[in-house]
Amino acid sequence: MSPWAFFSEHRAEILSATLDHMALVVIAMLIAILIGVPLGMFIVQRPALRTIALGIASIFQTIPSLALFGFLIPIPFIGGIGKRTAIVALVLYALLPILRNTYVGLTGIDPVVLEAAEAMGMTRGQILFRVRFPLALAVILAGIRTATIITIGVATIAAAIGAGGLGTFIFRGVALVSDALILAGAIPAALLALLADFLLGLLEHKLKVS
Amino acid sequence: MSIEMNTKTPVFSANTIEFRDVSFHINDILARVIISSISLAVPQNETLVLLGRSGSGKTTFLKLINGMLLPSSGQVLVQGRPTSVWDPIHLRRGIGYVIQDAGLFPHFTVAQNVALVPNLERWEPARISARVDEMLQLVGLDPREFSHRRPRELSGGQRQRVGVARALAADPPILLMDEPFGALDPVTRAELQREFSALARRLGKTIVFVTHDLREALLLASRIVLLQSGRIVASAPPQDFLRLDHSEVRAFTASLTPLPGAFA
Repeated sequence: MSPWAFFSEHRAEILSATLDHMALVVIAMLIAILIGVPLGMFIVQRPALRTIALGIASIFQTIPSLALFGFLIPIPFIGGIGKRTAIVALVLYALLPILRNTYVGLTGIDPVVLEAAEAMGMTRGQILFRVRFPLALAVILAGIRTATIITIGVATIAAAIGAGGLGTFIFRGVALVSDALILAGAIPAALLALLADFLLGLLEHKLKVS
Repeated sequence: MSIEMNTKTPVFSANTIEFRDVSFHINDILARVIISSISLAVPQNETLVLLGRSGSGKTTFLKLINGMLLPSSGQVLVQGRPTSVWDPIHLRRGIGYVIQDAGLFPHFTVAQNVALVPNLERWEPARISARVDEMLQLVGLDPREFSHRRPRELSGGQRQRVGVARALAADPPILLMDEPFGALDPVTRAELQREFSALARRLGKTIVFVTHDLREALLLASRIVLLQSGRIVASAPPQDFLRLDHSEVRAFTASLTPLPGAFA
């Protein structure tokens, strides 16, 4: 069967797997942003914590994704089979680019601007929220963009621990040696990644302050 | 440039700023001495110009006044109170600060930049916008044309004008200026120096102005203080300064005269 015939025959399934996939990615990204951005803001003026936080986030990044999913299964509360475990793993993956870009963005501000802010009598909190954060936004968003694309890809592996999504087709295709099945998972995943990259790129460009 | 600044009745002694045997050294292994036992009083309404080469301690001197640095020994008094006792935020809101490259917030419009301290001080919005217009006119920028621009849409000279407007917006009694015209082209610099010297005379502020340009010091100062390696080596009103007998004064005076043979 040609891939196109397969796609049109199974379009309802592909669509529902795509939506599942998007749900995994969106939930994981929201959690990663809610952890990564505030944590990045918190470590800006705390060098000891910064080394620890960035170090731990980097370690997660070095674990092969399939292994990370496997490691999490036996862990109580966050582990087991299914979506919850998958989301935990995806969050751990997405954290590093978000955390690092938040930190780099917040610390990469023109020192003259920061000096003026301090000399004008702004408090540390005011400098963080009114100067550093708005000026770092484009860089933070670039981190979120990178993390989103990684997550869309890694989320296909989540099917290995029963989390559903487009990976289901890929794993089945590999098992049955069916190109059509593999493509039914891979093509929508690639399109999702391109679309996310494009949309977040637009947003990033809008937020850039030169 | 017809607006008068509201002059506040002084609530402090004659000396707005006073250095009492102040030293400052960096707390690293080398313990480099930046400022070395300086005693100096700046009376109200004086325009004190600190002259010195790069690395002579001029910028540190300014940062000791607004509490961005605290003295390693001795005391810096601002309006009679040591900076170590002042709440630093409160202290800095009453001190305007202008630096080289202006340090404008790139994500703010010109109006938002000028409104910074009034906003922090929670003025009424109507009062803020009136004040912003007044300040922009004061520094020679048409509010209708410039209010909504971003700093990147301004020339260097215009940015520096906005920097001055921002520093003056909350009407602070003290103004600190760290080589504010240093990065401008010579023509714009001369223009801003002339305008600022007229402005300074009308404002009734206590101004401490840092420069390495003797010409600028002579134009703006009511008193010139010469710093060398963190020490005061000369102090005189501009009309007497050039006659002082000190090697560093002569070094600066030499910078005024063209090189022999030039333009021959």
